[in-house]
Amino acid sequence: MRTLVILGGGTAGTMAANKLRDRLAAEDWRIVVVDKDDNHDYQPAYLFVPFGINKSKHVRRSRHAFIDDGIELLMGEIDRVDPEGKQVHLADGRELDYDYLVIATGTTPRPDQTPGMLGPEWRKSVHDFYTYEGMLALKKALKEFRGGRLVMHITELPIKCPVAPLEFVMLADDYLTKKGLRKATEIVYVTPLDGAFTKPVASRELGHHLSKRGIKVEPDFMIESVDQEAKVIRSYDEREIAFDLLVTVPLNMGADYVARSGLGDELNYVPVDKHTNQSTAYPNIFALGDGSNLPTSKAGSVAHFSVEVFVENFCQLAAGQPMTHSFDGHANCFVESGKNKALLLDFNYETEPLTGHFPFPVGPMSLLKESRTNHLGKLAFRHVYWNVLLPGRPMPLPAEMSMFGKNVETESAHA
Amino acid sequence: MPTTTIAGRQIDVDAEGFLTKPEQWDEELAQTLAANIGITLTDAHWVPIHFLRKDFETQKETATLRRVSTVGGIPVKDLFALFPGKPAKKMSYIAGLQKPKGCV
Repeated sequence: MRTLVILGGGTAGTMAANKLRDRLAAEDWRIVVVDKDDNHDYQPAYLFVPFGINKSKHVRRSRHAFIDDGIELLMGEIDRVDPEGKQVHLADGRELDYDYLVIATGTTPRPDQTPGMLGPEWRKSVHDFYTYEGMLALKKALKEFRGGRLVMHITELPIKCPVAPLEFVMLADDYLTKKGLRKATEIVYVTPLDGAFTKPVASRELGHHLSKRGIKVEPDFMIESVDQEAKVIRSYDEREIAFDLLVTVPLNMGADYVARSGLGDELNYVPVDKHTNQSTAYPNIFALGDGSNLPTSKAGSVAHFSVEVFVENFCQLAAGQPMTHSFDGHANCFVESGKNKALLLDFNYETEPLTGHFPFPVGPMSLLKESRTNHLGKLAFRHVYWNVLLPGRPMPLPAEMSMFGKNVETESAHA
Repeated sequence: MPTTTIAGRQIDVDAEGFLTKPEQWDEELAQTLAANIGITLTDAHWVPIHFLRKDFETQKETATLRRVSTVGGIPVKDLFALFPGKPAKKMSYIAGLQKPKGCV
């Protein structure tokens, strides 16, 4: 009997556990999932709830409801992994032996890492939207907002769902217009990047979407501190941006136990082979989802596609065969742009997001262009997430990216 | 990929002028690259540049600003003072490396 321990019961951990339970014989393999609590959140809703697009009751369900029979789910805080001794130590003293380990504990916003971010104004005039509590506080703040300077700010890349801040400002534009407050509001988008997005074609297209909404972009802004009393954010090169309502994406970091176990990089992400998710230090450790250092978006779609490749490879590994499946970095992200429309991005390690059409089985969706179909696709995805994706049922979306329908721009070599 | 002549040598660069072959770099070339963007290298500049080169040997990719600060031990504020405006880009340009990846 061999044991696979999966740390984290989020999107990647749950999918991997369920899919492998179907594939690995119960008499040969024990599968254990460890998480600190029983709350599984549909994280895209963190962005939608403040605007009333999703209700808060639609966000949270029990983890155990999505973990199949035949998988042990343990609740406990992880203290550290001993990769040499092949053991996980929990904070309450329990020890778990493993043959193989999957680290899927994701990434977490860390407002404590920027001086002044956590002060008396935290979740009053200084907000995040990447947490359950942050989402609820921001919903209240937006409801009470009467105009002024609304600043959306990103501390540093990489972040969970890199398009979410863009969606936030476009949804805010729509929301404030409907409330008759848009003329009384200046919306500013503050980013450490040199444009709206990282990759040239998407940056140009999304940049147009911001400028036509009168949203000002402040690029190359590396935050040094938040001054809650003066209501400004300050950069290392001594620029100041005033706010009435600040919505910030704090520094995102992997779990602290990853660092304590000597398994992380400078942001506590686990260095892995980008095609197999296998740790570069220990061949019996894999990292799936946001907690790895894969050079692509930290997004549910990446977790989904890479788990599919991982499951095939792991079954080969379990059978004593070489791993032959390769993850191409495929990401597929809807970008809500307000007025019941959305854009769609589809890309991988080699191909940046391009314009064109996405060959979705129920009909083509437009890439990098607003449409109502894309918006309906995004809304429908919540049901797909709970009922198809997490249980590990087959999705009609190939893990590998397709060039079909994409408009290739010759001058736009890779960023 | 285009090539260009810097300090009398043929150098391979990308569209933005970053070296694509880090092995073509040496300290003499760094002086010229720095001068191209208006920086005169002092001892303080060499510390992060040497860190970037050494880190690249093991990591095979350019260190981010955060990595230079947390692993290299040089405060971000100092890096902004040495390489005004865009320290991550300027440092990697002078060190003959690709700019650090901005993850999507």
